[in-house]
Amino acid sequence: MTHPDREPSVSSIPDAPTPTPEPPPVSTQGTRPAKDRAGRAFAGLSTGAGALILLVLAAVAGFLLLEAWPAIQAPAEELAKISWIPDDGSLARYVGPLVFGTLLGAVLALLLAVPVALGIALFISHYAPRRLASALGYVVDLLAAIPSVIYGLWGGLWLAPRVQPLWDWLGANLGFIPLFEGPAATPPRVMMTVGVVLAVMILPIITAVSREVFLQTPRLHEEAALALGATRWEMVRMAVLPFGRSGVISASMLGLGRALGETMAVLMILSPGLTYSFALLAAGRHQTIAANIALQFPEASPLGVSALIATGLALFVITLLVNMAARWVVARRADFSGAN
Amino acid sequence: MTALTAGAVALLATGCGSDDPVNHPWRPGGAPAATEEPATAPVTEGLAGTLAGAGASSQESAMQAWVAGFQQANPDVTIAYDPVGSGGGRTQFTEGGIAFAGTDAPLDEAELAAARERCAPGDVAELPLYVAPIAVVFNLEGIESLDMSPATVAGIFDGAITQWDDPAIAAENPDVELPDQRITPVNRSDESGTTENFTEYLHATAPEAWPHEPSGDWPVSGGQSAQGTSGVVQTVTDGTGTITYADASKAGALGTVNLRVGDAYVPYSPEAAAAVVDVSPRVEGRGEASFVVELDRTTAEAGTYPLVLVSYMLACTAYDDAATAELVSAFLGYVASEAGQETAATSAGSAPISERLREQVQPVLESVG
Amino acid sequence: MATTTQRPAAAPPSTRDLLTRPDRRRHLTDRAMQGVVTLAFLLALVPLISLVWTVVANGIERLSPYFFVVSMRGVFGGMDAGGIYHAIVGTLMVTGFATLISVPIGLLTAIYLVEYGRGSLARAVTFFVDVMTGIPSIVAGLFAYALFAVFFGPGVRFGVVGAVALSVLMIPVVVRSSEEMLRLVPNELREAAYALGVPKWLTILKVVLRTAAAGIVTGVMLAIARVIGETAPLLITLGVIDSINYNLFEGRMMTLPVYVFRQYSQGLVPCSPDQLDCIATINYDRAWAAALVLIGIVLLLNLLARLVARYFAPARGH
Repeated sequence: MTHPDREPSVSSIPDAPTPTPEPPPVSTQGTRPAKDRAGRAFAGLSTGAGALILLVLAAVAGFLLLEAWPAIQAPAEELAKISWIPDDGSLARYVGPLVFGTLLGAVLALLLAVPVALGIALFISHYAPRRLASALGYVVDLLAAIPSVIYGLWGGLWLAPRVQPLWDWLGANLGFIPLFEGPAATPPRVMMTVGVVLAVMILPIITAVSREVFLQTPRLHEEAALALGATRWEMVRMAVLPFGRSGVISASMLGLGRALGETMAVLMILSPGLTYSFALLAAGRHQTIAANIALQFPEASPLGVSALIATGLALFVITLLVNMAARWVVARRADFSGAN
Repeated sequence: MTALTAGAVALLATGCGSDDPVNHPWRPGGAPAATEEPATAPVTEGLAGTLAGAGASSQESAMQAWVAGFQQANPDVTIAYDPVGSGGGRTQFTEGGIAFAGTDAPLDEAELAAARERCAPGDVAELPLYVAPIAVVFNLEGIESLDMSPATVAGIFDGAITQWDDPAIAAENPDVELPDQRITPVNRSDESGTTENFTEYLHATAPEAWPHEPSGDWPVSGGQSAQGTSGVVQTVTDGTGTITYADASKAGALGTVNLRVGDAYVPYSPEAAAAVVDVSPRVEGRGEASFVVELDRTTAEAGTYPLVLVSYMLACTAYDDAATAELVSAFLGYVASEAGQETAATSAGSAPISERLREQVQPVLESVG
Repeated sequence: MATTTQRPAAAPPSTRDLLTRPDRRRHLTDRAMQGVVTLAFLLALVPLISLVWTVVANGIERLSPYFFVVSMRGVFGGMDAGGIYHAIVGTLMVTGFATLISVPIGLLTAIYLVEYGRGSLARAVTFFVDVMTGIPSIVAGLFAYALFAVFFGPGVRFGVVGAVALSVLMIPVVVRSSEEMLRLVPNELREAAYALGVPKWLTILKVVLRTAAAGIVTGVMLAIARVIGETAPLLITLGVIDSINYNLFEGRMMTLPVYVFRQYSQGLVPCSPDQLDCIATINYDRAWAAALVLIGIVLLLNLLARLVARYFAPARGH
């Protein structure tokens, strides 16, 4: 395996240092210990880094649990002293509405974002002229990079005043649907507004992933459909969408994960409240875990910080489950397309 | 990228940034001439060092003005105030991490004992140096002020009164044409001293209409809310038919409520707010240097505005380190002085403390050593 | 598809007709869907264009050399003063330190996955890197806080805590992109190196990494762009401060995103009419201007990353 005399040729790779200046070994076995030490160290180092990832994730869970523990096992009367914990001092009753609000906001954002994102993805992958398409794809990628605090700034100062008439109309005309129970709150610091902003925030990520999947549709499938006389839409429906379905699902899951953990946009727009309510246009009914942490953290007492970390732990578990589900879908797809 | 980072590091290392934005030559309109604003704080020869404080965020804007004024007169002094909240300020003070603290609530018994230990052999000074009127402000087109009794205010914020043309409001404002509009009460979403004082006021003056216990966290759920004084004021401004309670200094152009005290309706004013501190009894048994007052919310005295937030300055009357003692004495002396209170009044809208209170406080501060 | 294939068989003479003249309804549906798809695209452009436009229009006015070189120390009320120097310092230092932590770990992990990884550990790492990508940023902040609170007591706030929080967010991104780049290195290169007697670790260092370098740099820059705008974790780990702080190991630090949030939450300033040096919207003005700077930095990083990828990447097979 080792051919010491050939070594000089390695330096044809730019800047390669003079190759390992070991004396030509008598036998291949002779070089093993010296070379292996470096090799093994390097292998160990990189394996260690891999293991470190697992360690970090375990540490995230571990330290959150450690710091949340005082609140989890504190007696109810101690917890009740924290002004924002319910009077009966029940942590579960505090976390419940927060979890509900977090899920409600994220699902709402997802419902608003997915159809539009699919439209954009299809437009870029199958409708737009080729030259335009790559530029558009690039723009979408850039939008994914805009910091959330800027979305919050925009949502709070620009969007909120402009959606008021729309929400008023929804509340007045569709108020019989519990979701749009009127009258709409003024100013519109409500879950509906937050949902729109979150939807805008997760659009780029869903679009980017879906577009990739759509572009991977086997050319033969598409051409076969067209050759059979299918219109472009029929081709999309018969070849592209079925092929991309699991990809779209996992993209949506990614978007959901992003929306669940979003802090700043919610913090800057929503009038919080801890209830289980589906009235999206009413103020003071919902709050998300992440925004609540950012809101209460700066002035919380040590026990209060513990309680907030406990809610953070709940959020961690939720996002973990969502992400695992997304990976599972992706993994199934990998098996699936392997058969093709 | 390495080059970029190197460039950035070089930029930082050369320190072309300035920590003195106010007097920077590039400032739009030019840096203020040195004589433009005479230093309001007394100049103490040779005063230098760093003084650390922390606590209530309610005092933050006043503190910024005090610190700026004091540092202008004594350029070698750096004062840092960390707005971590009242509770955090009290804890850090009793643990000895900071030289002074700001707090919206006086020390409780356990804290007082710990603070005494910290300050020994000196005494604990609790000085009500920041008195801020809380205004009830609303956004109704064309209406600048309304008269309301505490019970009406409580009814509005508790959700019992939901329309602006409700008979309860109309009865107190016969001359005002009230619109047929929904009332949207707005409260603070974060825990705050303002909320605590407001709920305490409502609980004391209108116990039937306001059954909730005083609390720093808003007790009624389901309303509009926002973070911080600026947040609630912004929310009220953005909406219509909205009403909230906020530091009076931030009321701006919004309509304000005149509160019923005794038989009269009193608009908020710094003088009326300071007056209520004077008519309130001082809590006894807390030591010579403690000026904690039991606010008399139900006072009927004419010309008092009982909806105020009193924030205390915590300090020791003796410090291990003579330099710290000198700094505390000089800085808090400036805060309590007429000039200091005036500075806070213009920049933070607080109510300057009365001459009577100042006369009591000054000797305590001068004796800090 | 099944129906389409059957039809020509049913009516042999009209096969050509059927293929070339789809019936009206199908044609209309096709047109309608094209409209819907295009509309979805245009609809999405509305918020995105308005976002960029609002930030630029509102932010450009306050931008001046002065804004970049001063901090906010001693600035209060509606003063027409103050800048973002302290926030830029904080952002560069904290993000830089996070990069310093994340790149070695991320890159080594990627090397492990591509070159060494086999069996259950590798599968677990792959899976959990994916899971880690989904950690909400605020949870990363809480983790960093919890970690340091154990050693330094409650209320701990300094630069390194924030950098650790950012690292948790950054590592998986670096792993993912580096892994992808390493996998793109043709196996022939590795085999050629082995054939020449180069040990595996040297092959990785000198051949594989060198070939993938441009891609890895691109990935790292995109990862930086991703975390440089993080607000929530820094809000709870760094706190806020108005002065310049060059020390990562002590004291609070300001960063650009937190600066934007802080200015936003300070809101309108009530100016009395006789006050000369008072701008009511000064806090919002500063927030927009800082947001513009932040967007500028993020877009610049993205652009540079693409340029690096384009001009320094070795020619690839496809």
